[in-house]
Amino acid sequence: MLLVPCPNCGPRNAADFSYVGEAKARPDPNAATPEEWRDYLYMKDNPAGRLRETWYCRSGCRQYFVLERDTAANRFADPPLPAAEADGEEA
Amino acid sequence: MWRDVPLRNSYDVVIVGGGVHGLATAYYLAANHGITDVAVLDKAYLGSGGSGRNTAIVRSNYLTPEGVAFYDRSLQLYNTMSADLNINVMFSERGHLTLAHTDSALRTMRWRAEVNKLQGIDSSVIGPDEIKKLAPSLDTSSHPRFPILGALYHPPGGIVRHDAVVWGYARAADHLGVEMHQQTEVTDIEVTGGDGPDGKGPGGRVTGVVTSRGRISTPTVVNCTAGWASLISDMAGVKLPISTRPLQAAVTEPVKVFLPTVVVSGSLHVYVSQTDRGELVFGASVDPYNNYGITGSLEFTEELAGHVLELMPGISKMRLLRQWSGLCDMTPDYSPVMGFTGVDGFLCDVGWGTYGFKAAPVSGEQMAEAVATGTTPEMIAPFSLDRFHAGTLVGEKGAAAVGH
Repeated sequence: MLLVPCPNCGPRNAADFSYVGEAKARPDPNAATPEEWRDYLYMKDNPAGRLRETWYCRSGCRQYFVLERDTAANRFADPPLPAAEADGEEA
Repeated sequence: MWRDVPLRNSYDVVIVGGGVHGLATAYYLAANHGITDVAVLDKAYLGSGGSGRNTAIVRSNYLTPEGVAFYDRSLQLYNTMSADLNINVMFSERGHLTLAHTDSALRTMRWRAEVNKLQGIDSSVIGPDEIKKLAPSLDTSSHPRFPILGALYHPPGGIVRHDAVVWGYARAADHLGVEMHQQTEVTDIEVTGGDGPDGKGPGGRVTGVVTSRGRISTPTVVNCTAGWASLISDMAGVKLPISTRPLQAAVTEPVKVFLPTVVVSGSLHVYVSQTDRGELVFGASVDPYNNYGITGSLEFTEELAGHVLELMPGISKMRLLRQWSGLCDMTPDYSPVMGFTGVDGFLCDVGWGTYGFKAAPVSGEQMAEAVATGTTPEMIAPFSLDRFHAGTLVGEKGAAAVGH
């Protein structure tokens, strides 16, 4: 079982969360070309290692937040990153 | 089965990944195009990845016309494979049922049936009475929480012994002069003249690969990996729309044959078939987050058992023998990424999600044609990497996977 360290609710089973995916800065929807927008939507870094990801705590605080996890070891960074470091990700 | 020869320092074509896709590509390069100066490299042993971990199901009842034509060609190649490769791949054409438990699922089945029929594929929607005749162990009553309302029935679907496909392609390619090199991990791909800061990326040209056993000079590298597709493509400076996730599977103890068809339930996230030895082989949906680890979980077996018993209450006393998992490279539209990449000499046959095994023969045939002719074959043109930036996705989610 993977325990997701929710900044508000503490560690909870991953089944309580929705996985949004890789956290990255969203381009300005008014200024971005269709190609830039699709690049943001579809292309992935997909590293085997440290990855910053957005999770949604759907059964608890219902907040979006960014966590760093090692996708090779399947372990979260300890302690979790504070919400302020969320890379401009839409909350 | 194949020769063990020393690794040379130059080949016309280097294929990364010794699974069914890589081996099929190598075989068709030699058999159809006379290109035999080919090395297939694998960091472990042949068939150690998805080729030996899938649930061995083949079918062609997809949702898009592009997908249907493609997988139908694959099924044709599987049909004659035992004779073509002189190895018994134990193709069992036993029929394939995709169950519908909701009105919306039934609607998708009707849609798929019409797309299939238009392309000449044997595929139709049947009701609970006919399902009961085909697979008497299924609970077709109205009692379950998700009752079976109907199914898409696809008689040409079935199962194939996946290890035999790996060995068959490897042996046949070996006889034609292709070299297989196991325990040979690719650690870098040399690209010059590209747009990236290190000379890699689009606009560049492949000059060689660096492996754990030394450098190889080559103008052509084909990425046929699953699970590591992004990592290999990164080495050439090519970014992919792929998220890697594990898919878990399990097998029971063997019992007398009672399940004559392949049964799939998208709503219950399960597919099952009975092997010739009598074991039930179960597969599920991919894990819900990116992960390169292949550790199994108790949640999977618990959820699987619950769902399977809803379909087949009679097997509640059966015991699971073992479980395992493999890595799936998921794309946003559930279709693969095939062909040229913008880096001259670097081709991809990746993004095979949960449907790589059934596509292996046609993928090998088409990728070999791409390498040999330098042009994209018509059949795989819809699956090009360009489609993501062009916005021309090939949406197969409704027919490619369970669990949505």
